[in-house]
Amino acid sequence: MADKTAPTTAHTGTPLVDMRNISIAFGGIRAVDDASIDLFPGEVVALLGHNGAGKSTLIKILSGAYKRDAGQIFVNGQEASISNPRDAKKYGIETIYQTLALADNVDAAANLFLGRELMTAWGTLDDVAMEAEARKVMGRLNPRFQRFKEPVIKLSGGQRQSVAIARAILFNARILIMDEPTAALGPQETAQVGELVRQLKTDGIGIFLISHDIHDVFELADRVCVMKNGQVVGTARTTDVTQDEVLGMIILGKCPPGAIPGPGALKIAA
Amino acid sequence: MTDTTSNPQVDTARASELGPIARFLKATEIDTRMLGMIGALLLIWVGLHVISSLRLGVNPLDFDSRTFLTPRNLWNLSVQTSAVAIMACGMVLVIVMRNIDLSVGSAEGVIGMVMGFAQVHFLVRFVGLELGNPWIWVLALVIGLALGLLIGAFQGFIIAYLEVPAFIVTLGGLLVWRGAAWWVTSGQTVAPMDATFQLMGGGPAGSIGATWSWIVGIVACLAVVFALFNGRVQRKRFRFPLRPIWAETLMGAVTCAVIMGAVWLANSYPWPVGIVNRYAAANNITVPEGGLFIAHGIAIPVLMAIAVGLIMTFITNRTRFGRYVFAIGGNPEAANLAGINTRWITMKVFMIMGVLATIAAAISSARQNSSTNVLGTLDELLVIAAAVIGGTSLAGGSGTIIGAMLGALLMQSLQSGMVLLGVDSPLQSIVVGAVLVIAVWLDTVYRKRV
Repeated sequence: MADKTAPTTAHTGTPLVDMRNISIAFGGIRAVDDASIDLFPGEVVALLGHNGAGKSTLIKILSGAYKRDAGQIFVNGQEASISNPRDAKKYGIETIYQTLALADNVDAAANLFLGRELMTAWGTLDDVAMEAEARKVMGRLNPRFQRFKEPVIKLSGGQRQSVAIARAILFNARILIMDEPTAALGPQETAQVGELVRQLKTDGIGIFLISHDIHDVFELADRVCVMKNGQVVGTARTTDVTQDEVLGMIILGKCPPGAIPGPGALKIAA
Repeated sequence: MTDTTSNPQVDTARASELGPIARFLKATEIDTRMLGMIGALLLIWVGLHVISSLRLGVNPLDFDSRTFLTPRNLWNLSVQTSAVAIMACGMVLVIVMRNIDLSVGSAEGVIGMVMGFAQVHFLVRFVGLELGNPWIWVLALVIGLALGLLIGAFQGFIIAYLEVPAFIVTLGGLLVWRGAAWWVTSGQTVAPMDATFQLMGGGPAGSIGATWSWIVGIVACLAVVFALFNGRVQRKRFRFPLRPIWAETLMGAVTCAVIMGAVWLANSYPWPVGIVNRYAAANNITVPEGGLFIAHGIAIPVLMAIAVGLIMTFITNRTRFGRYVFAIGGNPEAANLAGINTRWITMKVFMIMGVLATIAAAISSARQNSSTNVLGTLDELLVIAAAVIGGTSLAGGSGTIIGAMLGALLMQSLQSGMVLLGVDSPLQSIVVGAVLVIAVWLDTVYRKRV
């Protein structure tokens, strides 16, 4: 983490993801309003904000679940056209949703490969091969996991979470979006996820982390981006701001000196 | 989260704690739900048999020819079940995707009328084919299949792309297609059907005879053995847990016994005396004393239903499309986020339903040797009941083809049994309605417990 001590020299290259001036409205409510955010390889950027601040919506635009009304997305400096989840996956963007987005009635392997099934030479589902792959990747994430034959609804919260995470890393994602990845987890599993995040970072994967837990964020993220009422309050390196200052950004929209203010920052007459 | 904190050997450790029945079920991997349904079916059969015997004052063990468990009755039962069983296969997919199709009976009606009109009037009078021309039944069926596909695509499009609830679209379809069925000939019955087309309705000519029935039975048994063997090889290849050899053998033996038993039953039902004598006269065969025995064998509509069941099982279990149908039923949003084109899949499911309605229409009209504008009336309810009794959850996401087909057999058993017992038709409706509600209630209890 040498770059943490020298923030000014970091990330002069092309960002992995660059979302510029993104806006989306639902029935007159501007859920995301002129938001810009970027992410570099091997970096973890945390998105913070109240419920309804627009973080999940912004991230769903990147993952193709929502179509933006305005703004541009660049992946590796090239403008990307993302209008559905399949497009996003083509650019190596994988998402772990807060709701996990698992098909509850089918087993872990079917969920891991949903939409990207392995097929036999005869054009049929290759369940055996998919289960073998599933055993491999799950063995890495959660070695104790054995319930491959059961529908995922029968699994515990932690096990379901590992299925959702396994699905995201199975296809060599370059950009990973984690929406509240530890919400359903106990302390031990949360630590496991932290370990995984650090491991993925060293592989050069960029991660957007949405979280409510500010301790988690300071533990894992290189930068934080705070949103309020659909707008970006400000972005800051976690080394340049304190936890209290970040809380001030979340609650009041007040941008501290260590952060770069965005359009949503509280304007103080001074 | 008990399982994440316990050791990986937990499954095997638990197995030794199970009772003998549970151990047996685990080893054979039999679905207890399916077992319950087969049990219920057998119970109904035995019950109907005993009641019908007692009514006649005969010993149930004599299997008197007028009672329930006779080759003749069971053979007829199999033919009567075919049409509903075929449509139930499609209804499983529809319900798994959290939709419903109330229009299948009416669609069956209009398709039956159009196919009837095509072979009796259109192809003969307007196209100029001679009566008995083999193209007549082929073209009539092709026209029917195209119409079924079109009806399904049309309703599916409105449901998937225009987002009108399936309940409403198909409720509208229920009225529209029934009205259209009347319109084809202004309510006139169309008869008789093409001679080859009639074979799809069963009867002495529409059955494959004893020899072919045995061949079909043996081929089916070989397929079962091969499937079990292949499954074992696949599991071994990836070092997955195997079923014990005795369990594999037992499953294979029971399945083959059921298949051969069914063939034996079909081959025990002889042609009626009159038809045999006419056949003998036409072929210069001298009828021996005591009559000539010519077996029906398996009926063609039953073979069609089995073929549809196998194809639909293959589609649901082994293809990407089937996987998507179940995933969408389990969590539509997740399926969408996984990049599945949920609308197109919905439309395709209704198109399949339309094609199956055509096959059912062909069987029903061929069996009656006529097309009437009431063909398939109330079939939608039997079909939905069959699927639901067969374990398809109305909440979506679960259901099996084989279950729905067994459900159709169960419903038809009740209905035919009551006809055999001389139960008045209003009471028949009452019983069928009550059975449906009780079956779904039992299913709800079962799902909560498991």
